[in-house]
Amino acid sequence: METAFDIVLALLLLGVGGWSVIARNMMTAVIVFIAYGLLLSLAWVRLHAIDVSLTEAAIGSGATGLLMVIAAHKVAGDTKRVVQLSRGFHALAAVFAALVAIGIAALAFVLPGEPVSLAAPVLARLPESGLGNPVAGVLFVFRSFDTLLEKVVLLLALTGVWALARDEDWGGVPGLRLFPERHSVLGLLARTLPPIGFVFAIYMTWAGADVPGGAFQGGTVLAAMWILVMVAGVRKAPRVSSPLLRLAIVTGPVVFLLIGFLGFLTPGAFLAYPEGFAKPLIVAMEIALTLSIAVILGLLIAGPPKGEDAP
Amino acid sequence: MSPVLLFWLAGSGLIGLSVYGLIVNPHPLCKLLALNLLGSGVFLLFGVIARRGASAGLGGDPVPQALVITGIVVAFSATAIAVALLLRLHSEAGEASIDEEEDGQP
Repeated sequence: METAFDIVLALLLLGVGGWSVIARNMMTAVIVFIAYGLLLSLAWVRLHAIDVSLTEAAIGSGATGLLMVIAAHKVAGDTKRVVQLSRGFHALAAVFAALVAIGIAALAFVLPGEPVSLAAPVLARLPESGLGNPVAGVLFVFRSFDTLLEKVVLLLALTGVWALARDEDWGGVPGLRLFPERHSVLGLLARTLPPIGFVFAIYMTWAGADVPGGAFQGGTVLAAMWILVMVAGVRKAPRVSSPLLRLAIVTGPVVFLLIGFLGFLTPGAFLAYPEGFAKPLIVAMEIALTLSIAVILGLLIAGPPKGEDAP
Repeated sequence: MSPVLLFWLAGSGLIGLSVYGLIVNPHPLCKLLALNLLGSGVFLLFGVIARRGASAGLGGDPVPQALVITGIVVAFSATAIAVALLLRLHSEAGEASIDEEEDGQP
């Protein structure tokens, strides 16, 4: 039964993924891609990786999909300069792609027989941190430097997106398209969903220490709520020059860095936690990160600042 | 057939499909979409490797899983920059295209 489910899921993944590649209409391709992301998060559940599944559903499918829907809507009219490729070129590309796929698939049969696993060493040292979720342990204890840099990458991405604003728009409001009808389904959702989403996000962040979840997934839910509120026009998007907004953006990385440097004082190494204080410090970090991630994701999706009169 | 092998095959198939899409789809947004699909296929291979490392009572090796989570976030950041670049190109040139033909040519 489970094998049958897996086979259907794998075929669906290939079918839906292939559909989003060959779809004629860009908007169709993007929406199929979102569906693909949700199917993929099911595959992650089947691979016993619930944390990855949540991240894939939230970021890989939801946030990336939303970005692409916005982009696909704006470029929908682009047909003037579509390059016409010859049939032979298509065939050549297909052969090349098939060779790549076959090559990688063949690797499955030459993988070393005895799987290498770090599960046991992780579990052996995990209790010292006070965390119960091994993936959170890897993210915030064993490989916290990676996680720190990941937050910096988000900051850099936001800087990059903002840098693409026109000079005269700088400091303005992100150019998100608004639908401010008060008596619409969107308006109703934007007023009723956020409290639920807010509680859910706090729960996800808090529970992430012991069960799947965490700052990133919680932050994404918060960001989704914020986008909803902004798009429905319930609250205006903030100006990118707002000091409060800047503070919210850097809080997470700054708290992370401060706790990292604190490690020099007591155990004597960067990002090392003083004995017995690991869990409270990690939870403090996660709370700060949730806020920053929510604001950064929301702003990344909202796009660069745009003047009122901009096209 | 074990789910491990099955999802490995699905992952490699997805990589193949997206390589094809990356080559033949002319529009930058389609290329970006194919690139994301390619990334998800590679992540799936990672997931299979994590699942193979299931031991000590865990369903999978948590280290590759954590790496994939970081990878998904970094892929999203790159996509956000790419979308912003694409939209800026679109608003400057009236069309997002990576065609080398200059304006004014037929």
